[in-house]
Amino acid sequence: MNIKRLIVVALRSIARNTMRSLLTMLGIIIGVGAVIALVGLGSGSQADIEQEISGLGTNLLIIRSGSSQSGNVRGGSASLESLTMSDFTLLQREATLLQGISPEVQVQAQVIAGRTNWNTTVNGVDISFPAIRNYKIDSGDFFSERDLKSRAKVAVLGKTVADELFPGENPVGAPIRIRNVPFTVIGVLAAKGQSSMGPDQDDVILAPSTTILYRLGDGKTIRTLIASARDGVTMESAKEEIRDLLRSSHRLAESFDDDFDIHDQPEIISMATKITGTLTLLLSATAGVSLIVGGIGIMNIMLVSVTERTREIGIRMAVGARRGDILSQFLVEAVILSLIGGLFGVLGGVGSAELLGYFMGTSVKVSSTVVAGSVLFTAAVGIVFGLYPARKASRLNPIDALRYE
Amino acid sequence: MPTIALRDIHKTFTLGDSEVRALRGISLAIDRGEFVAIMGSSGSGKSTLMNILGGLDQPSKGEYLLEGVEVNGLSPEKLAEIRNRRIGFVFQGFNLLARTSAIENVALPLLYDRSGRGIDPQQAAIKALQRVGLGERLDHEPSQLSGGQQQRVAIARALVNNPALILADEPTGNLDSRTTIEVMALFQELNAQGITLVLVTHEDEVAAYCRRIIEVRDGVIRSDRPVAVPRSAADDLALLDARQKGVA
Repeated sequence: MNIKRLIVVALRSIARNTMRSLLTMLGIIIGVGAVIALVGLGSGSQADIEQEISGLGTNLLIIRSGSSQSGNVRGGSASLESLTMSDFTLLQREATLLQGISPEVQVQAQVIAGRTNWNTTVNGVDISFPAIRNYKIDSGDFFSERDLKSRAKVAVLGKTVADELFPGENPVGAPIRIRNVPFTVIGVLAAKGQSSMGPDQDDVILAPSTTILYRLGDGKTIRTLIASARDGVTMESAKEEIRDLLRSSHRLAESFDDDFDIHDQPEIISMATKITGTLTLLLSATAGVSLIVGGIGIMNIMLVSVTERTREIGIRMAVGARRGDILSQFLVEAVILSLIGGLFGVLGGVGSAELLGYFMGTSVKVSSTVVAGSVLFTAAVGIVFGLYPARKASRLNPIDALRYE
Repeated sequence: MPTIALRDIHKTFTLGDSEVRALRGISLAIDRGEFVAIMGSSGSGKSTLMNILGGLDQPSKGEYLLEGVEVNGLSPEKLAEIRNRRIGFVFQGFNLLARTSAIENVALPLLYDRSGRGIDPQQAAIKALQRVGLGERLDHEPSQLSGGQQQRVAIARALVNNPALILADEPTGNLDSRTTIEVMALFQELNAQGITLVLVTHEDEVAAYCRRIIEVRDGVIRSDRPVAVPRSAADDLALLDARQKGVA
């Protein structure tokens, strides 16, 4: 019998016992549905987290001063004052794999505007900073190259700061005082929102790095540089380039450790997604167990079916069906039963994932790989659990089968 | 070359500790175009003989040539092919696939035909059904047909592959006397067209329509004789019709 014929025969026999077939499929439907729904929700929330993290910026590299050690006393992160403005200009000039680089000269400061005041982080940065960190200007302007050169006392407010200091007003053009140094507000950043990993990203004031460094800082140490790698450049190679440049500029001998640290964003993402990934895997493995149970249901019904149809098997054998023909007939039936269940399961799974995602407020991502994977897996379940009944059918003695009442 | 040549066929079954010798040395030859009745009471070994002739079972000992081909010792796959290509079965209980149309029942053997003869199952099934007088009931399912009609479908199924012989195991056992005569008339008609028929029965009335009667008892052939003048089933039918009219 050719495969087309086998499928027709199998479908007919499944359709003959609609209710029984449906109940048999139920195990598979629930199993596949659960796997699809869980993986869909899992990878959906994973994508949510990734998106939140990449909201920090794209292809981010963070370079920090190393930690100091004097005797046995070790300083904390960036306790070494090894990164300087000249490192920044060197990287800006020489690094070929970087899209942009900016110092981050951060000071915590009390900021006064008229009668109110607010304590916030003032970040001295380069003009490429908004591009690196995905900040957009809401109103006014960002500062210019000239402001940087002239160490202009201009500030761009984060949304939170703007709201706190100038509720209901447009702060552009207004004077503020940072640590008693007068600044002029020239722009307001568009809101970025709370990052899921850390603090409010809008509670910040951006100012030219030179201004902060020389007017509020010590004029030398920057501690942190933030850079973005070019598209298509691996983070590893970008890191490597920075490391080489900084090591030679710091004149570090081979035997010395780096006096700085470089972190990249994928490291952060992978840590966060690893947790949800493991959870998803665990949950879907549990759901996968119900697929096995569904497979046993199929085996059970196929065994009943073989017994019921003993006479039919005898007739088919008498008119020339070989063992292989009978085997494939029942195997195809089991696989089709399982596959139809799988398809229903995919539909149900996608449906319930969307529904749950809607109520839980997470996005749902059902990849075609997962769908294809679970359909393939149900086919495999059909083969594995259909094999025993099919073999039993094919081993029947035609004489006994014909006489079976 | 005879269609069937058996030489010293033995068949022994083992039931627990005891051995049952169902066939104890059967030799016979059946030529092309014969119409043979194998008779015997139950337990005589006639069913075992039938199963061996039909390639459903293998003898324990002996030679079985079907159209010159040795059947004893063939693999299950080869036996299936023999059943498919050279033998047509008609059973007492019709053995049709339920809820399956007549045409599909008849086409069934062709679906297992791997010879690549390029026979169209549909067309061949229609032709076979027309040959047994059921050209009008192609799409009927067994439950929609009378016993006699069902047996005709079974006969059409046996015919569809142009087999070397048709084996009928108590083909009239489930039929009333009139339908029995109808089916025998069909067999006689097919035999007249040159088809070799072997029929197993325990009824003398049925055997009377055949041209040769082989009697089996205790696993051996007791008698093997030609029927001088077989009854004509067609005549008997006409007689029956006339009598019914007379009554009416």
